[in-house]
Order: sequence, then structure tokens, then C-alpha cells
Amino acid sequence: MSTPAKPPLDTVAHATGTPEQPQPWAELGLKEDEYTRIREILGRRPTGAELAMYSVMWSEHCSYKSSKVHLKQFGEKAPHSDAMLVGIGENAGVVDIGEGWAVTFKVESHNHPSYVEPYQGAATGVGGIVRDILAMGARPVAVMDSLRFGAADHPDTKRVLPGVVAGIGGYGNCLGLPNIGGETVFDPCYQGNPLVNALCIGVMRHEDIHLAKAAGSGNKVILYGARTGGDGIGGASILASETFDDAKPSKRPSVQVGDPFQEKLLIECTLEIFRENLVTGIQDFGAAGLSCATSELASNGSGGMRVDLDDVPLRDSTLTPEEILMSESQERMCAVVEPDKVDRFLAICEKWDVIATVIGEVTDGDRLEIYYHGEQIVDVPPRSVAHDGPTLNRPLARPGWQDELQADTPDRLERPASAELTRLTLLQLVGSPDQGDKSWITDQYDRYVLGNTVLASPEDSGMIRIDEASGLGVALSLDGNGRYAKLDPYTGAQLALAESYRNVAATGAKPLAVTDCLNFGSPEDPAVMWQFSEACRGLADACQVLGTPVTGGNVSLYNQTGDTAINPTPVVGVLGVIDDVERRTPVAFRTEGSLVYLLGDTRDEFGGSAWAQLAHGHLGGLPPQVDLERERLLAEVLIAGSRDGMIDSAHDLSAGGLAQALVESCLGGGIGARVVVPDTIAAFTFLFSESAGRAIVSVPRSEEVRFTDMCRARSLPAARIGVVDGDALDIQGQFAVSLEELREASASAVKF
Amino acid sequence: MTARVGVVTFPGSLDDGDARRAVRLAGGEPVALWHRDTDLHQVDAVVLPGGFSYGDYLRCGAIARFSPIMENIIAGAREGMPVLGICNGFQILCESHLLPGALTRNDHLHFVCRDQKLRIENAGTAWTSDYEAGQEITVPLKNGEGGYVADERTLDELEAEGRVVARYLELNPNGSRRDIAGISNAAGNVVGLMPHPEHAVEPLTGPTTEGLGFFTSILKRLVTAR
Repeated sequence: MSTPAKPPLDTVAHATGTPEQPQPWAELGLKEDEYTRIREILGRRPTGAELAMYSVMWSEHCSYKSSKVHLKQFGEKAPHSDAMLVGIGENAGVVDIGEGWAVTFKVESHNHPSYVEPYQGAATGVGGIVRDILAMGARPVAVMDSLRFGAADHPDTKRVLPGVVAGIGGYGNCLGLPNIGGETVFDPCYQGNPLVNALCIGVMRHEDIHLAKAAGSGNKVILYGARTGGDGIGGASILASETFDDAKPSKRPSVQVGDPFQEKLLIECTLEIFRENLVTGIQDFGAAGLSCATSELASNGSGGMRVDLDDVPLRDSTLTPEEILMSESQERMCAVVEPDKVDRFLAICEKWDVIATVIGEVTDGDRLEIYYHGEQIVDVPPRSVAHDGPTLNRPLARPGWQDELQADTPDRLERPASAELTRLTLLQLVGSPDQGDKSWITDQYDRYVLGNTVLASPEDSGMIRIDEASGLGVALSLDGNGRYAKLDPYTGAQLALAESYRNVAATGAKPLAVTDCLNFGSPEDPAVMWQFSEACRGLADACQVLGTPVTGGNVSLYNQTGDTAINPTPVVGVLGVIDDVERRTPVAFRTEGSLVYLLGDTRDEFGGSAWAQLAHGHLGGLPPQVDLERERLLAEVLIAGSRDGMIDSAHDLSAGGLAQALVESCLGGGIGARVVVPDTIAAFTFLFSESAGRAIVSVPRSEEVRFTDMCRARSLPAARIGVVDGDALDIQGQFAVSLEELREASASAVKF
Repeated sequence: MTARVGVVTFPGSLDDGDARRAVRLAGGEPVALWHRDTDLHQVDAVVLPGGFSYGDYLRCGAIARFSPIMENIIAGAREGMPVLGICNGFQILCESHLLPGALTRNDHLHFVCRDQKLRIENAGTAWTSDYEAGQEITVPLKNGEGGYVADERTLDELEAEGRVVARYLELNPNGSRRDIAGISNAAGNVVGLMPHPEHAVEPLTGPTTEGLGFFTSILKRLVTAR
């Protein structure tokens, strides 16, 4: 085997002198007009390293080029909120929760890598979002995840799901972050495109917010954390093979490999650095690695930065400069540090066994300059890389099939004709993978670590204590329903928000702010772009009404196989605050004799319902109506019920309707309930309709008058439908199912 | 006068804060010890907390056993200083040969986090005297490598000498031999426990408060000894 000749270094000088040299811009995913624009910006052809930087920073993933014209609304329509300390545009938004505490939270997708390599894809998804939160100056305190898989009985789901779950657990457990909630949904539309959306919450004192910027000429740029290796390079290897070795493309893994131990050290080290106030700017390494971190840091500061790639600690000495710039090796951070604080910074890194290296400095110029072997290989205006990427107004068109889909209502579907068939329907629902017990999954996550977890799965929201002395805490829920969004993306996005908002309020917390992960198909399909624009519009409008601004989030496009896109899946996280976590409301029935109240209105709404899918494999019609004012009213009642000790339990009604909620409250507490179907409604509709804006609560008899008076005074419909009692769910005059039978059905639903 | 209980932080320790909180709630003075420390800062007892010390590279607890602070802890334990190893701490105690046997990958090959019922088999150790022998408690359990193994003779010895401190009830969560959840050394001052009593010390955040007994046991012992 002969050693290939060392390729010539494509320096700025070389690029200037060889304007006609062909470059693999198309293979790197750039369009011709984008390549032309790069040449215009630079006044010459880009070097290989510059081309690599632009190609990855101008990619859909990093530049949001297809989505940003729609995402603008989240800022433009944002309701005024005194709670926002830092808004959208930073790594994550920061929300004031009172008593001098602030919380930052964000959800991010890692969908494609999790399909290719489920364990590492999901693990590094957790790692990435945790570093995002850390870069805001916050201590990460909990994680959640929203997952979508193909059919539960599909052989490939048996490959993907266990790997994803083990990856989330393996990484999060090892970081010592409790996993406090989330959701798992199965649908054949996700077969080739599973969704892994990970959320992290961080906590800080107001004075500790750190923003990514590189102000101050002479300040040092320090790279710390893991060594840089060849993982996650993808695009840059195209460049390497095209340019350097035509015979054999170099093989680099496209999925990154995580090391949670390294990340745990990085977290503790970074928090100690924050405590001593040693940084002027900080940035995590995510997609596009060093390219992204340096260009973002530089363009958020005064603009000039010089970096020497020779100083980057490498795991693999054969990496080319392009590959070093592109590498997505995990567990790395970049800080800008005043010269007189560098020694202390390095000492703290040494204490935590974290490798730290000065790789450059902030200059008083306005260029990002990168050197390799003493030669200049990058000389660009950093903003042009980080912020001035292309903006596309992609064509959008309401799909031709939308009307037909909405016209195919569930009214034609046969409903169970007898009480016994209704009973079987209930058992089928309870034992379905979507509605069944998820403890096979959640038992692989540590929910106890840090000792502040007040509520975790399968509660409506996760809740953690922030202040041990005062009891101040936050609640978080993460919800989405792709079936609803397919039927009507505008309403579907609002329903996702409404459910998440309701879930937070059900635990007694006041909803404050929103993060979202927008999972869609290809933006090149006008139908998908229409779904996307409708979902954004719906979510922004609803946030305005509910007074909960979107503080940050993430877009994942191209979730499709061939021409078939996933159901549009906006996943919405809502953060709420609770003054005293002792007052939390759990899902489970607790006290025999407590009265069960159904809050809200039940209509005959089965479009996109769990029943239509399970019993008939049907998706059609319209999703449930949204009434945001009603959601707000319901939330106020749930919060007041918790604060004033009027309710024992509360559970939001969503997929599977009242029946599913009753089953969960019964199984959670190990107590049954006797329920009476009101005369005004058919038993089937009463039990399985998915009308929004509803919850069940159990009210101690001593509080009944106070509670019903409150509902009446606020004009919230509240119907007494039963009593907590016995060891069966007894729908009187219809059927009864023992808790044992329900538990068995539920427990066998999700096992891999 | 209260007792000082050290809690060691290794790189990768996760439940060190929880262990310090448990010591405090039991009425003791928690003292944070750093893995590179060479002195024990006059602590009266030591907790080795859960986590993934040194990333659990090589083998769980195998590297931590050689960290600078362990030299004094091992010496102290041999002279009677009370030491409690929880989860990763139990693994470190086995690697240090302060306790016999080893912890292996769970038989079902998954990490498991659950509320686990236990029976306190020996209420005579330094860490269990606040319990009654035979008392049943529920505390969180969370591990990926919690299956206790030892050869038959060692297991017989442990049983005969009353050194099985706690046993799993109802469900063996990890394939431990003879349902063993925790053991002690012959003197009873060193206890290793796979479940997490430090996560069951407050009604708000734990399934019960039945884990507190491990911490009140040691404090009573230390204060009485003075």
C-alpha cells in the first residue's frame, strides 16, 4: 500500500491565485447561487476550509434558511412577559421565576442520527442540549424527552427503540440529571424517521446569565473539554476525498460518539469557572463544531478573532484542517477569557482533569482568521458565516388531499354497540402502546438523582424543587400530537400547546414560557412547507393568547422517506412555576370517598382520536376544537385548587379521553372509582371523546362546596361524575373492570 | 456536639449532594471530601456515594479504588471507622477488598430505576442499628451493574455470620445472588448497599423516608461513642 502524497494546503493565498480551481460545493450541499454569493463575499474563491465552514453553517440544520421567515412570528407576536430575561436567538431563553432565580430550558431534535445509530444518536442528543443550557450559565438540573417511533410491532422498532432509550438513559443517568418526563408515541409514519427530541432545564441566579460573545481585543480563546476527533464529519470528508484522494474516499463516521463522563466533568468545571467569573463569553460546540463556535463567538462580539488550528488537541493526528473545523466531536466548549484570568481558568480545568488549550485570541479587526502550519487558511467576515446565511421563501401550498382528509370524518366509523364491547374497547385502548404503561422505558432513567424531583413520569408534568428553603419549583411538560396536526396543522400546533399548558396547570404550576421542536418533512415539498407555516402561525397565535412566549427551540426538516413525510409533529414544552412544591397535585386518586369532577365541555370529537386509530386504523376529519380562553380558565381553576388545597388529584384529558384519564388516576393510586354517565351524553362519547380544555379532579368531600362555588363563580363547567372507591373502575349501568385487569392490560403494552 | 460525616466526590460522583443532604437531615454535619485529598479532615465516618466514578471505565469502582483519598479510607475502615458505600460506593468497597464479592451487570441487561422493597436482615451494623431486624423498607434502587456475586463459600459465610445486611423482597431487580442488596464486613463498620437510602429521606422527593435510618444509625453511634 502506497502512502498518498501529502495534499497541498489550500491557503488563502493559494485560493486567490487559483480562481478557476473547481470546488465540490454541490456535493457539500450548497446551491450554485449560494456558492456564487460566497465568492462575492470573499472577493475570491473560498479555500477548502472556508467552503467547509460556509457549507455547514449555511445548511438547513444550522441556518434555518427555510424556516426562519416563519419563525419570525414567535418574536413578532410574542406576548409581553415580565418573566423574560433573555429572549429567542440566544442558545436558550431565560425566564425569571422569582426569588432571584432564573430558569433556562430548551428542546432540540436529534432525529436523523438516532435512526442511523440509535444509542449514540440519542445519547449525543441529550449531551448537546445539556451543553446548550450550560452555555447560558445555568446548572442543568433535569432532562425530558419526546419520542416517536414506527409501529410498535415492526422489527425495526425493536432495533431503534431499545437503542434510543438506552442512549438517553446511558447519557443522562451518567450526568446525574433526573429524567422527569416526556412522551412516547408510535405511528407507522415514523418508521424510517423516528423522532428524538430532548429537553434540558437549567437553573441560575439572575446575576449569573452568560451570553456567547467575544468582546475585548487581546482576550484569549480557550478550547476545553474532549480532544477533537474524526466523528460527525460527514461533509468535510467529501471535501477531503474530492480534493486529496480521488481513488478512495476517506471514510469517517457520520454519527458522533458521546462520553457522558467527560461531559459531567465539563459541567462541574464550567460551573466553577462561572462562579469565579472568569469568562467574558462562552459557547458550546454543537453542529459544525469549531466553525460554528468561533464564527458565532466572533460575530456576537466585536468581530475579530484569530485561531491557530495547530493548537487544537487532536485524538487523530491525520485530520485535515477542514476536518478539524467540521468535527462534531462531543463534550467540547469554547470560552473567551481575559488574559489575566487565563491561569486561573486553566487551573480549574486541571482540577477537573479537563484538557484546556488557548487556541487563539480576539483581535481588533473584523475578520475571523484561521491559521494552520503558519499559513492562513480562513479569512472571512464572521457574521457572513454565522448569521448572514441564505433566507428562503420556499413555495407553500395547501395539499390537494387536505380537503379529502378532512371530509373523511370519523362519523362513519362503527362504534361499540353494547356495554361489553365498550368495555373491550377500553381494554384495547389501555393496552395499546401509545396509552399503555411506559415504565419499561422510564424505569431505565434515573428520576431520583439530585434529590429534588417532586413529580416525574407518568405524572402530567415533571416537577422539580429549585429552592430547598422556600419550596419554589418548576413544572415542565412536553407534548405533541402529529395526528391532529396532520388533519389541521394550525389547530394541531395549538392543541399541542394547549395540552402542555394544561398538563403544567394540572400539577398546580402557573405556565410561563414555551419551547418548541418542530419536526416536519422536506421543505422542498410545498405541502410540507404549508404544514410548517400553518403550525408556526397556530403556535404563535396561541402563545399570544395564553401569554406564554416562545423562548427558543429547534426545527427538524427532511423527516421523510422518499416522497412520504412524517405527520407534521410540533412538540411543545411549557414551563410553569409553583411557589411551593408541597402544594403539587398528582395524577393519582388518593382518598376513598373523594368526589370525581369532570371540568370542561365534552363534545362528540373523534377526528385523529386514539379510538379511531386503534379500532379502525382511521385518520380523518378535524381535530378537536381549541378554545384558548377556556384553557386559561381551566388552568386558573386547577392552580387555585392546588394552592388552596381543594383537590386531591388532577389529570388532564387528552388522547383516549376520559376513559384513559380515569384508568391512569385509578392505577396510579391503586384505588378504583364509581362513575355515572350523565343523561345528556352517550356513554361512548363521554368515555372516549378527545375534546380539549378538560381535566378530571378528585375533591375531598369537605372541599366540595368551596370547589364548586369557585367553578361556578368563574363559569367553568364542572360535573360531578363519580366517587373514588373500591378496586375497580365501575362505569355504572355499563360495565366494570377490575384494577387488576386494567393493570395487566396496561403493563403488557410496551415491552421490548 | 454532632458528628462529622465525610462524603467523597470522585470525578463522576452523582449522588454526593444527596448523601450530604441525608446526613444533614439526620442531624449530622456533612463534610465534602475531594478524591485528591490525602487527609480526611477529622471526619468520624465516610459515605462513598453513587455515580459513575471515573466514568466507571475499566470496571465500576476499579479506578476510584486507587484515588488518593481511598488510601486513608481503607486504612481507617480497617481500624473501625464506619464507611457506607452506596451503589457505586459499594462497587468501590468491593474493588478495595473491604467487602468480598463483586457487582456485575444486571441480569436483564438494562439500567433499572425503581422503588425497591428491602428487608433489613442485620440491625447490628454501624449503619443499621436504628432499624429492627426483619424490618421492611422501600427505597429507590437505580443501577446498571448491581448484581451481587460471590462464590458459594463466601455467600454461605456471609449468611452464617449475619453479614447480609439487606435483602431484596418481592422482586430481585438485578439478579443478585440470594437476593442480596447489601453486606457488611466482619466488624460491621463497613457496609455496602446497592439501593439508595439517601433518596428516601424526605416525603416530598422520595417514595418513603425509610432510608433515613442508615444516617440516624451512624449519628447515634458516633455521638454515643463520644
